[in-house]
Amino acid sequence: MPREIKFCKGRRKFLIAGGIGGAAFLLGVYFKTGRELPKSTVELWRNIPDGFHPNAWLSIDGKGAVTVRINHSEMGQGITTALSMIIAEELEADWSKVDVQIAPADAVYKNPAFNTQMTAASTSVRTSWDILRKAGATAREMLIAAAAGTWNVPAGQCRAETGIVVHNPTQRRLAYGELTSKAAQLPIPGNVTLKKPENYRIIGHSYLRLDTIAKITGEAVFGIDVQLPSLLTAKIVRPPIIGATLDKFDARRVNSMPGVGSVLAIDSGVAVVADTFWQAKQAADMLEIKWSAKGCDDLSSEKFSQQWAELAAKEEGRSIYKKGDVQKAMSNASKTIRAVYELPFQGHATPEPMNCTAYVRDGKCDIWAPTQHQDATQEIAAKITGLPYKDVTIHTTFVGGGLGRRIAVDYVAEAVQISKAMKKPVKVIWTREDDIQNDLYRPASYNVVTAGMDQNGLPIAWAHKIVGPDHMAQALPGLIPSMIPYWAPRGARNLASSIFDTIAPRVIPGKKIIEGAGPLPYAIDNLQVNYIYADPGIPTGFWRSVAYSQNTFVVESFLDEIAAATGRDSFDLRDRLLVNTPLLRNVLRLAAEKIRWQEKPAVDLFRGIAALEFHDTLLGMIAEVSVSKHGEVRVKRFVCAVDCGVVINPKIVVAQIESGITFGLTATFKGQITINKGQVNQSNFDEFPLLSMHEMPQVEVYLVPSSRPPTGIGETAVPLVAPAVANAVFAATGKRIRKLPIDPDDLLDS
Amino acid sequence: MLTLRVNGAIHKLVVDPDTPLLWVLREQLGLTGTKYSCGIAECGACTVHVDGEAVLSCVTPVGEVAGTDITTIEGFYGQVAEALRRAWIAEDVPQCGYCQPGQIMTAAKLLQEKSHPTDRAIDDAMSAVLCRCGTYPAIRRAIHRAAEKL
Repeated sequence: MPREIKFCKGRRKFLIAGGIGGAAFLLGVYFKTGRELPKSTVELWRNIPDGFHPNAWLSIDGKGAVTVRINHSEMGQGITTALSMIIAEELEADWSKVDVQIAPADAVYKNPAFNTQMTAASTSVRTSWDILRKAGATAREMLIAAAAGTWNVPAGQCRAETGIVVHNPTQRRLAYGELTSKAAQLPIPGNVTLKKPENYRIIGHSYLRLDTIAKITGEAVFGIDVQLPSLLTAKIVRPPIIGATLDKFDARRVNSMPGVGSVLAIDSGVAVVADTFWQAKQAADMLEIKWSAKGCDDLSSEKFSQQWAELAAKEEGRSIYKKGDVQKAMSNASKTIRAVYELPFQGHATPEPMNCTAYVRDGKCDIWAPTQHQDATQEIAAKITGLPYKDVTIHTTFVGGGLGRRIAVDYVAEAVQISKAMKKPVKVIWTREDDIQNDLYRPASYNVVTAGMDQNGLPIAWAHKIVGPDHMAQALPGLIPSMIPYWAPRGARNLASSIFDTIAPRVIPGKKIIEGAGPLPYAIDNLQVNYIYADPGIPTGFWRSVAYSQNTFVVESFLDEIAAATGRDSFDLRDRLLVNTPLLRNVLRLAAEKIRWQEKPAVDLFRGIAALEFHDTLLGMIAEVSVSKHGEVRVKRFVCAVDCGVVINPKIVVAQIESGITFGLTATFKGQITINKGQVNQSNFDEFPLLSMHEMPQVEVYLVPSSRPPTGIGETAVPLVAPAVANAVFAATGKRIRKLPIDPDDLLDS
Repeated sequence: MLTLRVNGAIHKLVVDPDTPLLWVLREQLGLTGTKYSCGIAECGACTVHVDGEAVLSCVTPVGEVAGTDITTIEGFYGQVAEALRRAWIAEDVPQCGYCQPGQIMTAAKLLQEKSHPTDRAIDDAMSAVLCRCGTYPAIRRAIHRAAEKL
């Protein structure tokens, strides 16, 4: 029953005519995927049989309509628009004729950063830049060659512009649509010339997003909106205590309730399947379940904190990053300071709760999911059903917030298990309570940092010890099978997975959890980051900027402590230490210039600064806050300067910075996940509150012109928010924030 | 049997009257533009209009709105709707887009009450709808833009 979900075609028609109907930008083209070998372009474009398909990324039909394939999930970051712009630029396409499809799961669409089709780690634009420019340029050169052949003139006399090839000497013109059949016969050129940046007419401009109309009319199909004939809905009751398992359940009271079709045990709990969600939920609430007593009922947040403090005092930890000789430098220091920083577990709270629709029948399986990870979705479904990849079809819907949560596929497994048992299409919907209590949390951490300064007050030694769980140790075993080549048989795949499961906790921890802690962009000659792996068994996973969000808070706050301890200005200290990283120094200087750092802010306003090198993206952020007598912090303004290389769409980049600041503020002031006796204390937005509009400060974003290849943007603002705010709070109150979220009681005068 | 008037169309439904309006709209009428996100009247993603008032459909039993005039994002038309949609497009408001139907239905109520709201009035009215992506600055701009056209 694969079907096409359409949205947004003819958007110009809407703009001109003012009507809403007829929107049809294709979201997904659904056909069988995942063969052992990459398919030919003809096979890949089976849904558009006629036309010109020079590669996996674009297709042009006889009317000149361009269809672009996007191998990343649209979860708000504007990727469908940004990647389309890159292709359209080199293709010299008529932008009004460009439509978008989310690519099916296929080898050719794997994200080169991970060798799996996944939207994560702010990699989409930076990994697509060369591939998509080349794809567009290849098609453009073939269309020019087709026109030149038609006119019997040298290709060098022709140019392409807005979907038309023009013969320069005679001004004859042929539209792309008229050239598709001829172009399709031509050999694909090996080397193509890419446009010079000064000739860009799409890249660098704030073209409107392609997905807006679908999202303001209610037409956009998110996973939770998928509708199929005879679709059943499942609500799952999961163990209330982390790690507990099902003992037994009694469904007698429930079986006769209206609409209830089945009650069955699955790996994650007990599933109640009914005609509608509300019926399933009503029945699930009545279910009598006995959970096994074992589990992690002795887990509590206070205990971790205490245990991690003891571990930090007792153990050196493993050295993960090392530069120079910290011990020696520390003994030569004229002044040393030490501080402890703590960060909590964090939830995702994606606006669209976890959900997945699966239909397993007659040797086939279809999955409709708001996933960030197509290959893992296909792998888990193939594993559960025993079907080969070619019979497992993934339909990626719009994603109502990813935030790293949907890299995992636990919710997919549930839908597949239930549909397999019932041989019917089933949609699993998590309630918000399910979502917050069964999340894969951003790890908590306990940090001890020590610095030694020379007689000029500049740090010469920096030691950072991190204690806590590592999300990669938990997440990677689940990801590995989807990174194994398609031709690997099921047995080998399962074996690799189980071997990895055993060795992961020993080999993985530490490598990624120190991101943002070392190396640092600052000229500190002796630097060491040690890690003590302490995983209490709380499920952890990826979270918008993950480890950077933890370590940047520690690093940028502690740098501020050094400035305060040595009587230096926080900007000046950073500026001096960024001597070897001039790009970041320029970015920070721009932020300081825009906020007029050298001038005093208005009465009652105080500033805090932070800088970050996030892979190749450079950011400087300054927060302006006021603090009331009651310890209430009000953030008034953020100034953020960013160097993310060539900017594809400035408006989308600015939106992502605003987005990162909003997300960061929630974690700075509001959200945290705490555990008591193995239970997550929070369950809905009343207990895990999100930032609301009246709390949103003014945000100013300045983009540094750059000719570097584009870098990532989606996560990059998040890590800077907490330290910029905390440093501003210190400026206002003299009180150092060393624990998040900020507790107003800690800011009261004692 | 319960009679529901949604977007001008009459529906006769067999449904438990305690079922939240949200789920009837989404599952029985196929109007999936109205979103589920919290289920406890905390986030505003499920906002619809009932006799012109903004109502949280996730906590409104369908039995209580029988005989009323219900409007969802799919059937939201008119001068205010047009102004809001054009402004939302011009300001590129949606990111993930999940909360946006709730944002628009709430903004409509604000503009009907205050044709030229201040930032403060926008904050007061729109704080009822949470946006995890942080489209708040864009929403503020879009509401001002829409107000200028009305």
